[in-house]
Parts: sequence; C-alpha cells; structure tokens
Amino acid sequence: MNEQNHLELTGVSIDFPTDNGPFRALQDVNLKIGKGEFVTLIGHSGCGKSTVLNIVAGLHQATAGGVLLNGREVREPGPERAVVFQNHSLLPWLTAYENVELAVKQVFRGKKSRSEMRQWIEHNLELVHMTHALDKRPDEISGGMKQRVGIARALAMQPEVLLMDEPFGALDALTRAHLQDSLMEIHACLGNTVIMITHDVDEAVLLSDRIVMMSNGPAATVGQILHIELDRPRERLALADEPRYNHYRSEVLKFLYERQRRPVDDSAPANRASAEDDVKPKRFARLRIVGG
Amino acid sequence: MRKGFWKQYQTFQSRRLDALLHALAGVNTSGPVGKLVHSLAVPMVALGIFLMLWSVGAANVTTSLGALPGPVQVWTQGIALYDEHLAERDKERAFIERQEQRNAETLANDPGAEVKLRPYTGKPTFFDQILTSLGTVMVGFLLASLIAIPVGIVCGMSSTLYKALNPLIQTFKPVSPLAWLPIVTMVVSAVYISDDPMFAKSFLTSAITVTLCCLWPTIINTTVGVSSVDKDLINVSRVLRLNWFTKTMKIVLPSSIPMMFTGLRLSLGIGWMVLIAAEMLAQNPGLGKFVWDEFQNGSSDSLARIMVAVLVIGMLGFLLDRSMLMLQRRVSWDKSLVLR
Ligand SMILES: Nc1ncnc2c1ncn2[C@@H]1O[C@H](COP(=O)(O)OP(=O)(O)OP(=O)(O)O)[C@@H](O)[C@H]1O
Ligand SMILES: [Mg+2]
Repeated sequence: MNEQNHLELTGVSIDFPTDNGPFRALQDVNLKIGKGEFVTLIGHSGCGKSTVLNIVAGLHQATAGGVLLNGREVREPGPERAVVFQNHSLLPWLTAYENVELAVKQVFRGKKSRSEMRQWIEHNLELVHMTHALDKRPDEISGGMKQRVGIARALAMQPEVLLMDEPFGALDALTRAHLQDSLMEIHACLGNTVIMITHDVDEAVLLSDRIVMMSNGPAATVGQILHIELDRPRERLALADEPRYNHYRSEVLKFLYERQRRPVDDSAPANRASAEDDVKPKRFARLRIVGG
Repeated sequence: MRKGFWKQYQTFQSRRLDALLHALAGVNTSGPVGKLVHSLAVPMVALGIFLMLWSVGAANVTTSLGALPGPVQVWTQGIALYDEHLAERDKERAFIERQEQRNAETLANDPGAEVKLRPYTGKPTFFDQILTSLGTVMVGFLLASLIAIPVGIVCGMSSTLYKALNPLIQTFKPVSPLAWLPIVTMVVSAVYISDDPMFAKSFLTSAITVTLCCLWPTIINTTVGVSSVDKDLINVSRVLRLNWFTKTMKIVLPSSIPMMFTGLRLSLGIGWMVLIAAEMLAQNPGLGKFVWDEFQNGSSDSLARIMVAVLVIGMLGFLLDRSMLMLQRRVSWDKSLVLR
C-alpha cells in the first residue's frame, strides 16, 4: 500500500463515563492505513468498532492517543471524513436530491456554480443508481435505496476517507450483493480510502485489502490483521471456487469463533443479549438461513 | 405472552361490541355506501341519544329559574339571539344614516362646518361578544407563541439555559389564570396610560392573561422537541460542519415541528378556556361576560341562553383546534402522519 502514513491511529484509548466510574472501551489501538486502501473492521457486537470509527470521524474524542490524517491531528468532525451511518440518517423531510444537495452546498459553497452543483449531485446519485428517485423522500423509498442515497451523500462530499458503519447491515442478501458490487466499482473508480464496519465475513473478504479483527471488550484493541491478496476486480461467483478466498474466510472465522469466542458466562447481565436480539434481528435471521 | 393475550382479548371484545351496535342500528358497514352511512349514521345516532337523555333529564331538574331548559328551548333562544343581533344591526344602520343625513344638511347650509360621525354605542349582541372573544384569544395566543417558540428552541439547544429557566417554567405553569388576573389588571392600569388608547384596557387585560397561560405548554413541548432531535441527524450536521443557523433551519426545526404543534394546540385550548373565565371574572367584554350577565339577569330565558353560549364556546374551541390541525398539516413534512 502506498503512503502508509495517510491515516494513522496511535495508542488510541477511550473511557466512557458511566455510573460506576469510567468504562474503558478501547485500549491502545494502533493502525496505519494507506491512501486508497479498503479496510474492514470486524469483531463481536459491542467490542468497540463503532467507537473506533467515531473517533476517526471526530465525533468522539480519544482519552489517550490520537488520529492523524495526512500528518494533521483529527480534532473535530469534517466533510473530508464522510460518514455513512448504520441507519442511513437521511433527513426525512428532504428528498433524495435535497439530502445530497445539503452536503454539496455545504462543501462546495463558493467553489462550484449552481449548475455545476446540480450536475455533481446528479452524478453522485447516478453512481449509486438512484437517478430515478431524485424527488422521493426517504419514507417513500426502500431500505436499500435509502442506504444508496446515504452513500451518495457521503461520496458527494468528495471525502479523503469514507467511513461506513455497517452500511448494509439491515438489508436482505440480494440488495446487499448489489450494493457491494456498486461499492467495489465506485472504489475502483474514485480510489477513496475506506474504513467499513461489517459483521459479514464474506463481505469483509470480498471487499477488503485488509481485515482488521478486533478483540472483545472491555478495553478492546486490534487482535489480528489479515491482508487479502486477491486480484481486483473481484467476481463473487469466481471467488467461490478460489482456494485463497476460502482460506481467508476460515482465518476470520477462526479468529471470531475460536480465539475471540464470546465467553458464555459473560459478565454482562443476561438481558443484554436479548436486548441485542431486538436491535439486530436481521443478523441472526441471516445466520439461520445459512444454517438451514 | 400475557400482554399479547390481553390485547387480543380487548380487540375481540371491542369488535363484538361494534358488531352489536351495528346490528342495533341496522347498518351494513361493508362497501362504500356502507362506509358513508357508517361515518354519518353513527355520530347522528349518538347525537340523537344525547339529545333525548338531555331533554328527559333536564325536565326533571327544577331550579329557582324554572325547569332546566331542554334542547328545544335552547334552540329557540339561539334563534332569538340571532334575531336580536339582526335587530341591533338595523338600529345601528338607522343611527348612522340619521347622522349622515344630519351632517349632509349641515354641510349644505354651511360648507365650512366641521362634521363628525359618532360611532354607534348600542349593547353588544351575542355575536359581537363571540367576535370579541375570538379576537382576544387570537391576540393572546399569537403573542404567547411569538415568545414561547424562540424560548423553547433556545432552551432545547442549551442545557444551561434549560436548567436556568426550568424552575421558573415549572413554577408558573400551574398558576391558575384567576390568580394572574388581578396582577395583570393592576399592571395594565398602571403602565398602559394613553390619551388615545389603541386598545381598550379590558382587551389588554384579557389578552395578556391568555398569553400568560398559553406560554407554558408551547415552551415545554418545543424544548422537548428540540432537545430530542435524533442524535444521528445531529452527527450529520457535525460531519458537514453546518453553522448554527443552517443546523436550526434544516435539522432542528423540521424535526421538532410535531412537538411544537402539540404544544401550540394545548396552548390554544388552554387559552380559550382561560379567556372565558377571565372575561367572567373581570367583566371584560366577550362570551364570558355574556354568560355572567345572563346569570345576573336571572330571567326565565337566562339558563337557555347560557346553554347556547356553552355550546357555542365548545364548538368554537373545537374549530380552533381543527384550524391548528390544518395549519400543522400544511407545515408538516410528513403528510402521511395521522393527526388527531
Ligand atoms: N456513549 C457511550 N457511553 C458509554 N458507553 C459506551 C458509549 N458508546 C459505546 N459504549 C460502550 O463501548 C463499547 C463499544 O461500543 P460500540 O458501539 O463501539 O460497539 P460495536 O463494536 O460498534 O458494537 P455493534 O457491533 O453492536 O455495533 C460497548 O460496550 C458500549 O457499551
Ligand atoms: Mg456499532
């Protein structure tokens, strides 16, 4: 990877204040990411993936250590580190076009003329194949379409780093596959640096240059890093028979289910697990489908 | 499990009740015609039952002014009030005409003479009082909204300000309008001194009392609406580095509009009730004064006239609420929202 010091996390730790004292969610996370690299974060629920992403985004401040982007410290959020949120986070009162427009107007004010902005907005919505629904509001389009608009909004900021928190987490397998393909195309064409959180091992192997596997919390950190040396462009059907693909896949699975197996007698109370069931039914449903 | 069962049981019960009522009313609710009949017939039947119970019940209550009036007497008095209104208008027209005629004659004799048109000062009719009350409540409510919405927005955005103002808000919120009234009356008489007043003092007193009671629900609901904006949307604005103004206009206000309107509707409802009470107590012109005058008057028709006023007050309150709802529908981005 070129320029290993494009994005650098050094000794990142974070404490969250709780009722029984500070809770150390991350402990000494170190990670160097090159320009244009596609990195996925994988790990068990609650280990601190979103927290890492939010620190890079500038939405959380690390208690110790810090993040450098091109040699400058990250102190606050900014459009050069665009975020695709897990639940799309589109403004429900704006149409798809207007949602992207809000971002474009903010980032390119004074740099692009009105008609250039219009073209740029339409171009980005075209990248995610959403030009047919420019004037629809989020409640009038499907979940996958909302996620596409969210990605278009992030891309339209022309970010150096694209941060995606389980962007396809709530989607069905087919829509997911479509969006993964679109994402690979876009990445090949634009070359942004991408950090993406996922729970899906296949997705991680398919998309990434590197998979960063995180250990369990509290005080979670980077457990193991796996380089995926598969040629691009990648074809999901061809990969199914590729021995290296299956090797990477089993490496990740081994890490997750052998080395970082969730302790059965988790210190967290039992109702926590059931709460997660409610929040993320899709993930479990999918596992069942695969199993049956 | 238990909860689910209870819910099923309840819907089952209410469906059975519905079916029974339909059978009693003899209507078939399936099909478009059935639906129309359903939506018209059911309220009509309920109204009929209400009127029946009223007339039977009222006849059995004897007061010092005779039996409690039933629907028929109230209807008669409603018509009478309307006739009185028309008669009063005729008198006014005649009065103005006479004046104009006189003025014209004066001018014909002496073109340089100064002529004046004196306004008619007859007794305000029931319908005049309705207009007075509606005007007063609207002024008081608008004034309250102009203060409460910005205060609510600021309180919702700054937790420091919220902590500073919350004790005051919570203290003043439960104060009865009747307690405000003497203070407002004294302050208005002391402060509002003018030779050619634009507003009558009584009008100001009523309107300000309404304002004082209308403020709180709007402030509280706006604050809650603004402070509970989805955290992800706030994060979007942070990533985009939106400035304060854009953030407020594009994110905070649209998402707090439903709560804001809940507050406004509560306020308007409270304002309308408060106004009637204030008018009664302070003898300020309006529907409240009409009720009080009729009560003091104590003729055989008084009770029926008061009942007319009660019904009109209720219907106007309902209309005010509906118009707020219509406004909310226009302003709200979520057209699919079911509003009641
Ligand atoms: N604002 C906060 N205050 C206190 N604790 C927090 C806060 N945010 C996160 N945590 C804790 O930090 C830990 C990591 O949370 P995080 O959301 O990063 O997990 P995650 O890996 O993204 O999980 P998931 O896969 O379920 O999204 C969790 O134990 C969580 O309870
Ligand atoms: Mg997360």
